[in-house]
Amino acid sequence: MKNKYSIFSLIKNAFSYHENWQKAWKDPLPKKEYDVIIIGGGGHGLATAYYLAKKHNTKNIAVVEKGWIGGGNTGRNTTIIRSNYLWDASAGLYDHALKLWEGLSQEINYNVMFSQRGVMNLAHNLQDVRDLKRRTHANRLNGIDAVYLSTKEVKKFCPIINTSPDIRYPVLGGTLQRRAGTARHDAVAWGYARAADEMGVDIIQNCEVKNIKRKGDVVEGIETTKGFIKTNKIGVAAAGHSSVLANMAGLKLPLESKPLQALVSEPIKPIIDTVVMSNAVHAYVSQSDKGELVIGAGTDDYVSYSQKGSHDIVEGTLNAILELYPIFSRMKMLRQWGGIVDICPDASPIISKTSIKGLYFNCGWGTGGFKATPGSGDLFAHTIANDEPHKLNAAFNINRFVSGDLVDEHGAAAVAH
Amino acid sequence: MFIIKCPFCGEREQSEFKAGGEAHIIRPKQPTELSDDQWAEYLFMRKNIKGIQFERWNHVHGCRKWFNVVRDTSNDEIKAVYKMGEKPPVQ
Repeated sequence: MKNKYSIFSLIKNAFSYHENWQKAWKDPLPKKEYDVIIIGGGGHGLATAYYLAKKHNTKNIAVVEKGWIGGGNTGRNTTIIRSNYLWDASAGLYDHALKLWEGLSQEINYNVMFSQRGVMNLAHNLQDVRDLKRRTHANRLNGIDAVYLSTKEVKKFCPIINTSPDIRYPVLGGTLQRRAGTARHDAVAWGYARAADEMGVDIIQNCEVKNIKRKGDVVEGIETTKGFIKTNKIGVAAAGHSSVLANMAGLKLPLESKPLQALVSEPIKPIIDTVVMSNAVHAYVSQSDKGELVIGAGTDDYVSYSQKGSHDIVEGTLNAILELYPIFSRMKMLRQWGGIVDICPDASPIISKTSIKGLYFNCGWGTGGFKATPGSGDLFAHTIANDEPHKLNAAFNINRFVSGDLVDEHGAAAVAH
Repeated sequence: MFIIKCPFCGEREQSEFKAGGEAHIIRPKQPTELSDDQWAEYLFMRKNIKGIQFERWNHVHGCRKWFNVVRDTSNDEIKAVYKMGEKPPVQ
């Protein structure tokens, strides 16, 4: 039984200089066999294990992770959460996640620092204005809060934006989702890990999957660096490495893995209390609670697993940031990094069964998986437990690439993917 | 970021080029005969290899010609470059 985190436990532990906190999760060796194995100990994988144990009464679950918890893309994204997607299927999926975010800290007794500070998307040309207005209407029809802002209202909401009509890509308007915001990304992984561990899930770190064994069209288990583990249900939530795992099972996925870069500045006093995203000039910025500006750049156009990106991508993003926020011109950037994202041709994810019995994939989140973490885990758990999708992820099956029933969010989803 | 040796112009920065994805995907000879599965395979399914990958590049900010590259996608090291229509080097 885990001790509950609260103000009282904080005070109590202060007396022992915070040296006697209980371990957040155990570090077990793998058992011989599990009912379900989740490959990938990021936010999505851990959330899946948690909801499998909590809502579907699955007892014997393992999460295998090749690195350590919080060391993958969960700790590399720019922490933005929003649900203002154009199409009905996406709106259902991402707003389901947003609703779960709203109660998440209480549910898993872990402060994920979810902050509904609003996300604003800017329009820089006439087509942007039309697209953003259309999306605002579509969002409202789906029960998602969205408002369209004039240039004046954009300036009022975020005064440091340069709204001069004389810049290369002037701000012609924007949309605002007030329920959107940010969360502390590694806390999400740690919180789900701790909550899943309490439900009896084995979290096995430093355990790389080397092969997925199948007998005909049924899975048998996985070969790992810690030996063979038997199971008849495998859920893969491995982000950029999804294709690598699919290849082990003899499957091909409609994915390309590319580097996506982000950077943070030196910490400064509060200057921007919301998230501002611009699709046309490709610049996203928000400010972390430590005071750093968190800036998201775009993806490179070539396949790479190197976790490095090209310099010109960062340069392009910073050019745009400086034109929109001249106030940042003398700031120094502290860190820059790349994460490998798996992108689907329609920029929508796959949460689906496959042609192999007992093998499920949760992948293709591309550049925007963090925001969906709780919803993705919940729906993937449902899909694994019932061997059929929930109605919210039915559209995100892998067969859509055969039927042609794509959920085309490229450019429609408020940002370019 | 890396350097690519264009077979027509020589060594240039990667930012001068546009990546064209996996190479040697053969366009169907009889599109009308194709099943939905075969279309999906041709249009969408990719090997997305971590390791040695054969791919197409276009020197968009140079000679604008297409050519093939053999690259290790785990560290972006380029192993070989060859022109369109040439036989891929054996691994």
